Amino acid sequence: MKRIAIATLVVGALALSACSKNRLGDQYGAAGASGDFVAGSPSDPRSPAYFQQTIGDRVLFAIDQSSLSPEGIDLLTKQAAWLMENTAYTAVIEGHADEQGTREYNLALGARRASAVQNFLIERGVAPNRLQTVSYGKERPLEICSDELCYAKNRRAVTVLAAGAATS
Amino acid sequence: MSAKLKKLILEQATGTMMALLLLATAALVVQPRPAVAQGPLRIEITDGVIEPLPFAVPDFQAENGAAAEYARSIARVVAADLSGTGLFREIPADAFVSGITSFASPIAYADWKAINAQALITGAVSASGDSLNVKFRVYDVFSGQPLGEGLQFSGAIGSWRRVAHKVADIVYSRITGESGYFDSRVVFVAETGPKNAKRKRLAVMDYDGANVQYLTDSSALVLAPRFSPTGDKVLYTSYETGFPQVYVLDVATVGRQALSQQPGTMTFAPRFSPDGRTIVYSLSAGGNTDIYAMDINGGNPRRLTTTPSIETAPSYSPDGSQIVFESDRSGTPQLYVMPAGGGEATRISFGQGRYGTPVWSPRGDLIAFTKQNAGRFHIGVMRTDGSEERLLTASFLDEGPTWAPNGRVIMFARESQGATGAPSLYSVDISGRNLRRVVTEGAASDPAWSPLLK
Repeated sequence: MKRIAIATLVVGALALSACSKNRLGDQYGAAGASGDFVAGSPSDPRSPAYFQQTIGDRVLFAIDQSSLSPEGIDLLTKQAAWLMENTAYTAVIEGHADEQGTREYNLALGARRASAVQNFLIERGVAPNRLQTVSYGKERPLEICSDELCYAKNRRAVTVLAAGAATS
Repeated sequence: MSAKLKKLILEQATGTMMALLLLATAALVVQPRPAVAQGPLRIEITDGVIEPLPFAVPDFQAENGAAAEYARSIARVVAADLSGTGLFREIPADAFVSGITSFASPIAYADWKAINAQALITGAVSASGDSLNVKFRVYDVFSGQPLGEGLQFSGAIGSWRRVAHKVADIVYSRITGESGYFDSRVVFVAETGPKNAKRKRLAVMDYDGANVQYLTDSSALVLAPRFSPTGDKVLYTSYETGFPQVYVLDVATVGRQALSQQPGTMTFAPRFSPDGRTIVYSLSAGGNTDIYAMDINGGNPRRLTTTPSIETAPSYSPDGSQIVFESDRSGTPQLYVMPAGGGEATRISFGQGRYGTPVWSPRGDLIAFTKQNAGRFHIGVMRTDGSEERLLTASFLDEGPTWAPNGRVIMFARESQGATGAPSLYSVDISGRNLRRVVTEGAASDPAWSPLLK
């Protein structure tokens, strides 16, 4: 039963990001892992909740890949537009990997994924000094089962908003 | 009993003194033997041991009341060290025909031969104030003579387990001709919490899991600690700032210092050079991960690889001249060797699957690695040119090998599968035999073995 439920979620994951959490990444990467909802209403287009849930704060990747899928490009195009409109926010893009692979390689792979998102957002006009990247490798899985249903959701890059002007 | 021939002072990491003395009574010097033992009492590790060598360790003699509690404990640790190698098999005390009534008494070889004990270890302990004195001898039962001379260690009472490990190291060394690895420590990551909210902190313990000390709290994610060549410092990666950065920590004071703080970059996978003066590590910038080196104070960073692929997990050869690392420049992660200053790299892994976390053996002869193939993980070893690959383990997830100081045993982390999956530490011989779990209080990962303590 659990598997079926998860399978359904995967389909909707890009659009819904139902279990995402949205606050500045702590030392544990919890922001991109699981948990809280952010302030604001998902129906208020200027709220972080809208960014996180209505647009979607994450894109998923194929095994070992850091190239953006067509769905990922659509979603990031919307993220870029939102960030251009809402200049009071900066973002940390967290790159994550599934548990297949060594700790070191996955850190590097997560860095590639975060960077792919950062580069795309910059190309679409977001100021580079509003975007930082961090990799958590396989340290912070969103889903904890050991099969592809979970792995597919863990191979992700999450755009985590933070209030405040760009630092440099 | 006079003990004047030779005296070696061994300083502990904690600063307490431990002394090794050679017992030099005439009775002990029965017959001079070469430093490397010959004759029947000998294990050739390279042959791959089929039948472990039977040995007996009666409780050591307590020479005074204060020593009573240590006399048995020390013998038990010596026995556990030897049995734990898989090269030796202990004969239990209830099989003994006769006991040892005095450390100085002649050995009734026939009684030990009768129970097929090929090696016999006897000892005596005395304690006064804060200090402990342990004398011991090793006997070659079938030859009917001592194997090497009697020795004695003295040290702080609190370091009684170290004294026991030193005794076991000498026994191991006399019988195998190889240096031991029991008086050593392992730094690792102690884990708590569920898989999606792991708390991690650095910890250090004796090689056998005893005497755990925590080096950091769990306020920030920490990864992959590595000992300095002298064992007094540990390199690791911490998310203290919210971004992974390399730190160095002093084991005695647990003071720590960030080594790299370039904004917009992440650093991880650090290791010391064999002379302790250089740190090699990975740096990610703009999504590209390459290998860099810097001085131990964090100065003079220099880039050793410049490809757009991932280069990580660097490890020096013991002579410091080369670095083995992992790169996906061919499309999948594979192992490469390059000069320590950078330059052209030679691929050494060509088998099926993906290779990572290469670690050069302290003997210089082998490279241990993690291999991922067909949905399974393995710890393996290969020669430094990539030939003679041997896989030692297989499981859902084995990773991160680290070498025992004598290059004969590898420790690694094995993680169980599924939602409740958690890592534990294991060790295995380079022959692939003697796979054992290293008992830790909770989940543990990323082990790194210290050098043999001094």
